[in-house]
Amino acid sequence: MFDSLADKLQATLADVRGRGTLTEQDVTAAMREVRLALLEADVNFKVVKSFTEAVKTRALGADVIGQLNPGQQVVKIVADELTELMGGSGRELAFSPRPPTVVVMAGLQGSGKTTAAAKLARYLREQHGSSVALAACDVYRPAAVEQLVKVGAQAGADVYEQGTGEDPVKIAAWARDRATAEGKDVLIIDTSGRLHIDQELMAELANIKKVTSPHDILLVVDAMTGQDAVAVAEEFAEVVQFDGVVLTKLDGDARGGAALSVKAITGKPILFASTGEKLDQFERFHPDRMAQRILGMGDVMTLIEKAQDAYDEDQAAELERKLRKQQFGLDDFLEQLRQVRRLGPLQSLLGMIPGLGNELRGAKVDEREFDRVQAIILSMTPEERRHPELIKGSRRLRIARGSGTNVQAVKQLIKQFEQMRKVMRQVAQGRMPDLGALMRQSR
Amino acid sequence: MAREWRDVFVVDGAPAGVSGSDEPTGTEEKRMGPFRRLRENLRRTRQALRSEIQATLFEDLSEQTWERLEEALIYADVGARTTARVVAELEQEATAGKLTGGEALTSRLTELLADIARTGDDRIDVTARPTVILLAGVNGTGKTTTAGKLAWHLTTELGLSVVLGAGDTFRAAAVEQLELWAQRAGARLVKGPPGADPGSVAYEAIAVARREGTDVAIIDTAGRLHTQDELMAELEKVRRAITKQLPEAPHETLLTVDATTGQNGLQQARLFSEAVKVTGLVLTKLDGTAKGGIALAIAQELGIPVKLIGVGEQLEDLRPFDPAEFARALVAS
Repeated sequence: MFDSLADKLQATLADVRGRGTLTEQDVTAAMREVRLALLEADVNFKVVKSFTEAVKTRALGADVIGQLNPGQQVVKIVADELTELMGGSGRELAFSPRPPTVVVMAGLQGSGKTTAAAKLARYLREQHGSSVALAACDVYRPAAVEQLVKVGAQAGADVYEQGTGEDPVKIAAWARDRATAEGKDVLIIDTSGRLHIDQELMAELANIKKVTSPHDILLVVDAMTGQDAVAVAEEFAEVVQFDGVVLTKLDGDARGGAALSVKAITGKPILFASTGEKLDQFERFHPDRMAQRILGMGDVMTLIEKAQDAYDEDQAAELERKLRKQQFGLDDFLEQLRQVRRLGPLQSLLGMIPGLGNELRGAKVDEREFDRVQAIILSMTPEERRHPELIKGSRRLRIARGSGTNVQAVKQLIKQFEQMRKVMRQVAQGRMPDLGALMRQSR
Repeated sequence: MAREWRDVFVVDGAPAGVSGSDEPTGTEEKRMGPFRRLRENLRRTRQALRSEIQATLFEDLSEQTWERLEEALIYADVGARTTARVVAELEQEATAGKLTGGEALTSRLTELLADIARTGDDRIDVTARPTVILLAGVNGTGKTTTAGKLAWHLTTELGLSVVLGAGDTFRAAAVEQLELWAQRAGARLVKGPPGADPGSVAYEAIAVARREGTDVAIIDTAGRLHTQDELMAELEKVRRAITKQLPEAPHETLLTVDATTGQNGLQQARLFSEAVKVTGLVLTKLDGTAKGGIALAIAQELGIPVKLIGVGEQLEDLRPFDPAEFARALVAS
């Protein structure tokens, strides 16, 4: 299931290299793999069909030259096409010249509307310096109003609420008047979750639209949604003609094919991606990353950005110097570990690395192992950290006791460190170590 | 044909239905309501798939038949792997001459799907005192709602006393939400201070149930993505806290899965199961157009049965799962 598409395609197209171009037969075979990958990613069946047809035309006769092998070539064509399809004419929120700009959040139950509303409020406050109010129009779900009051306060937005006794349409109209009176830049209206086939509630949503004349209606879509995403989006598009999509729960490992389905079927752009439980985990949508994710290619861009954020350049230069002079000690090793951990849970990092992901995605990473390693290193004297070869019998026992581990663990760590130092020396000398072999060894 | 609450819950060592012959006469009418609703809700599903199948399968069994069948199952979120298995099986039977014509194919398909859905023990044994039911799942799949409705059914239909443990100490207002459910169900709510350790809330809820001789303790937990290692570790801790209070508990660990979920549902079930040994699924939100086919893939790959389904917002819309009915809903009436 997690075999990467590129690998599969490479197997399918193994003999193309010699010929130099992709024949119709090659492309048909390749598209079968692409189709399966897209279906596994929950892209809608209809969308998969029309999409593979379109890509087929483009891939036919494509030259297989340069750095890419035929499999990669096809993946690149597919990824480019996906990116284009999902990006389209990307647009920002439409801000009204006469405030308040009114934004309505709509979607199924549990898609994450309330959280997304608060996140958007925070985003607008931070990025645009807007004063934002949130209107609590979910009067059906127990305690939904309380939830919005709490997250709204965290987001630094005023929350307009009238409890659960009032009609949501009236609350929306009232909130709009109040936002105008109080001179808010933006009013975000949180509505209750509703099924797209619930005519009564869909009519209510249409009425909220009527009385508030929103500048933007955002459909909140769970990234884990399956084939049904199309039915939902079509219905919401028909009833309220939403303007854009917020894709939520992207911090999971769902491939998120729903994003493609919704965009392809309704033509509405995906504006924002919500990626976690914290209010600041909310960003502009990146079509290129999403394309790679849907194809199971790993989220390389995200990883690179994360690494850039967490990486200290001075430290890196210092490390390089030490490596070259072969002075790399356990202290430096510990610092490296800390830097890696700053990137996030290792498990999720592994998934972002293409190639490596295949082999390691299923692997369980025990984060506590790091704590143990850290405890062991910190129980050593500075001298021992620089020269681990000093650590013999009684020192080993002392370190084991000090770190609350055992002699075995201390021994093992030093052995692993020696191995690592060897590899790093190779890297520093410009030789590429066999990463796969290394991974297998350490497991 | 739909299974009733008394068929699913084991009370006093036998399915409650065995001793259910002396039901009050009013039950029949009450039963029709939810039953009709279920049929009503599953009807759309049926129609959607039936049109596919009838248009094609009544013709001869051609290459196209298999393609269309594959398409229909994919549309239901059954997933490529399980779909391939079902289609291959039917194709083989057709080749062997066991299936002739579309009607035979349809009924065999239904049977096959029901067989896949029927896995493990799909009942919920509530004979232990107290019986502890732990609820877990991804954000927004309906845990708290399920906890509340389950409490209501246990008190109302089976006459059991219930303690609700408010283990979702993270989401804003989750405790308030459960509190409202507890009032409706006439259940006792045990909660901690905001941001309390969910393990200690669970521990305390079961302590209360033991002290007061309550029949069932339902422990709600915060929604979490199966990829969040720290939160999954926290869930394991909640389970350990429960076991510490009562060694044989939790007796039942239910995972809520949203019927609109696509192939990621399999990964959800796999990782939650690794963490807290899931014993059954609650397939929620089946009242939309989503068909919940991912439950088949989960049953097939992981052997975890669906025990309850959610078909609407009303209290009685939490229903026992019936594999045959589910299979029929997927393919035809």
